[in-house]
Amino acid sequence: MMSRRFLADKIWLSLAFVAVVIAVIPLASILYEVTRLGISSMNIDFFTKLPPTLLPGSVGGMGNAVEGSLMLVALASLIGLPIGLLSGVFISEYGNNWYGSTVRFLGDVLVGNPSIVIGILGYILLVIPFHGFSLVAGGVALGVMTIPIVSNTTAEALKLVPNSLREASHALGIRKWRTSILILANAKSAVATGALLAIARVMGETAPLILTAGISTLWYSGPFQPVASLTYYIYYFSTSFPSHSAEFDLAWGAAFILIVIVMGINLGVRIITRGTTGHA
Amino acid sequence: MKRRSRTDAIFKWLTIIFATAVVFLAVLFFYELGTGSSLTLRSGFSFITGSKWDPVGNVFGVLPMLYGSLVTSAIALVIGVPISLGVAIFLSELAPHRVRSPFSFVVEMLAAVPSVVYGLWGLFVLAPVLRDDVYPVLRTYLGFLPIFQSSSTQLPGVSIMTAGIILAIMIIPIVSSISRDALLAVPDSQREAAYALGATKSEAIRISVLSYARSGIFASIFLGLGRAFGETIAVTMVIGNTPLITGSLFSPGYTLASLIANEFTEATTPVYISALVEAGLVLLTVVFLTNIAARVLISRLVKNREAASYL
Amino acid sequence: MGEASEADTWVEPQGDAQKVPRPYDGEGAKLRARKLNAWYNRRQALYEIDFAIRPNQVTAIIGPSGCGKSTLIRCLNRMHELVLGARVEGEVLLDGADIYGANLDAVEVRRRIGMVFQKPNPFPNMSIADNVVAGLKLNGVKDGGKIEKAVRQNLEQVYLWEEVKDELHRSGASLSGGQQQRLCIARALAVEPEVLLMDEPCSALDPTATAKIEQLIAELKRTYTVVIVTHNMQQAARVADYTAFMYLGKLIEYDETAQLFENPREPLTERYITGKFG
Repeated sequence: MMSRRFLADKIWLSLAFVAVVIAVIPLASILYEVTRLGISSMNIDFFTKLPPTLLPGSVGGMGNAVEGSLMLVALASLIGLPIGLLSGVFISEYGNNWYGSTVRFLGDVLVGNPSIVIGILGYILLVIPFHGFSLVAGGVALGVMTIPIVSNTTAEALKLVPNSLREASHALGIRKWRTSILILANAKSAVATGALLAIARVMGETAPLILTAGISTLWYSGPFQPVASLTYYIYYFSTSFPSHSAEFDLAWGAAFILIVIVMGINLGVRIITRGTTGHA
Repeated sequence: MKRRSRTDAIFKWLTIIFATAVVFLAVLFFYELGTGSSLTLRSGFSFITGSKWDPVGNVFGVLPMLYGSLVTSAIALVIGVPISLGVAIFLSELAPHRVRSPFSFVVEMLAAVPSVVYGLWGLFVLAPVLRDDVYPVLRTYLGFLPIFQSSSTQLPGVSIMTAGIILAIMIIPIVSSISRDALLAVPDSQREAAYALGATKSEAIRISVLSYARSGIFASIFLGLGRAFGETIAVTMVIGNTPLITGSLFSPGYTLASLIANEFTEATTPVYISALVEAGLVLLTVVFLTNIAARVLISRLVKNREAASYL
Repeated sequence: MGEASEADTWVEPQGDAQKVPRPYDGEGAKLRARKLNAWYNRRQALYEIDFAIRPNQVTAIIGPSGCGKSTLIRCLNRMHELVLGARVEGEVLLDGADIYGANLDAVEVRRRIGMVFQKPNPFPNMSIADNVVAGLKLNGVKDGGKIEKAVRQNLEQVYLWEEVKDELHRSGASLSGGQQQRLCIARALAVEPEVLLMDEPCSALDPTATAKIEQLIAELKRTYTVVIVTHNMQQAARVADYTAFMYLGKLIEYDETAQLFENPREPLTERYITGKFG
């Protein structure tokens, strides 16, 4: 009996380890393949040229997609970060009541919403009225995505600041709003972490853009015009073009640059905060 | 009692207004999707039960898409949850401390990969491997089960099964991290009680940790389900986008999210758009409900933990 | 600094008191620690402990906080090594066989040497009945009849049966503190150990519950060997046949309880007993 139990014990414990190995393999494979297939597209053309035309032998780059992605993310941050930040301040500093808990709860639930649904919302509110896809629609949609994320990460970051700091500030006669800003400053690395992670997240989104920003083969041509993006291009090029075409290679190149940026942000942020929050 | 300054009040109300944006958004989703689908909502449940999707003939039934969403999510859970639990148990109970950081780091990186890159990898790296090496084996040995049967000699790489597998990988970060938090919250005294009875390590984990952390683990599963159900791009790229219901996992399929992603930009008539918006409403409702269930479980877990510390 | 070793103990038979074999060199001891040292990382917690426990007696370990009494008792059933960075050197002999030796696995050791903890820790997701037989089931007992009997017998043994017999399905955590602790004792007894270690079992309980458990301990020694760590000297005087006094990781004095409290040989012991420190 005992030996059967020991055998079972060893089997279960090894299975746990096997699970970890299985979880690691896809990541390794993705990083390897994206690098292998994408790095060859990393040249100056990639960042400076427009996509190839349909003429045979045409080459090109994804300069407009890089530009577009950056602009979309910039707009999204402009909209989402301030709102999310102040919402987080509310939850942590003024929200020890049913309303604060509700905002927190809904924020958590909204974070998990399917991104395509955000696209639908963007389409109804910003594409139909303005008769077409646009940078604005895309930026707002992505911005809306960041709000709940930033709100809750900010709230958590602020809650980590010890109460003694708030009490000391009040005792010195400092007004509550100044105190809140003080707390914010104190938690700035955690807050910045949350914001950066939210940005990395929306940079990798595709579904909302399909219904809001659309796609464009031109350079940026105005806020109310469709705009190109790395993610949409990856989707479009990899599914509409054959395997050995220039477009296909560009898609992998775009995937490479996207991974570098997005995972670079994630990696950087986690390495920097590793010592401070102990949230390994 | 200091007199409230005006700046205080302004700041406070500013935060309240912006916080209300969150509440407003939640409401807005349902309102807009509700009104946007009003044209087709009228036809009632036949939207969900109908299996024919014919925009030209104005017939809108999403049963095959609902089926696709459900089955791919189910596969994701069946494959992904055990792996995630294994990872969670490893990181919380088994791994020597020095090893924990790098491994949990790797799992977090899985969450950082954009879904379109998952789709790209799934389509061009995973699918061929599955098609050539894995699926034929499955068919040979498990072909007596209807889910592993197929009429075509060459099994396609894009199918419901492939989509399910990609989703399984994508839910590992969320399921394992919430489960791990739940496991770490179990007090050591529980583990000690099990060891003192003469339990082996896996037995101790089973009777003292896993059952105690049950509700947290269930919450993580709900969150994984919500994630899988709502995932759009990665699934669209590997599922084959065919609105069929067959009993086989090897056949291509369609999900609610893929439907919207593929057809929304082509939809011209108001009815067509309304139907697609309604599909979005169904999607939103399902995910919203599972997320609420999960968060309620999690909040109860936190409350119980605080209550139990009186002992 | 001279530690009192067993061989030097001279016990005067008092009236009808049973004659204790002397000098007691640990022969026939149920549990014997020899040259036992223990560390938490670099900090040493036990120094050269030499300590023999007589079968079917209650042995108490007392001493001020931090003296190592909890560490010692946890070394007796190999629980100490579960702590990160913990280390043990030396021997602990159960009926002559070293529990740290290659022949005995920790899992088997812990079944034969049971433990009850300071804070009652029943499994909250299991019913009272399931808690009692949790350890039994691990050992492969599946027979429904045997399980039912074990539930009843062990709960009766700890005087809990009458109180909970109609509510066996309720969660183990739904009982009062004292009841929970008795449940934990029943759970420990269900795997039929030979020794029962108790690490301050009453410090989280009220006086009534404490009295019930002390009464129980007096009866348990008929069947089991009991070792109890307590910070309460009066409790040691009430329940223990033999008492060991520890200070800063060393065993200072070990004697029949009455002797140790009335006629301590070591000045340190006397100072502790008279309340001068600790």
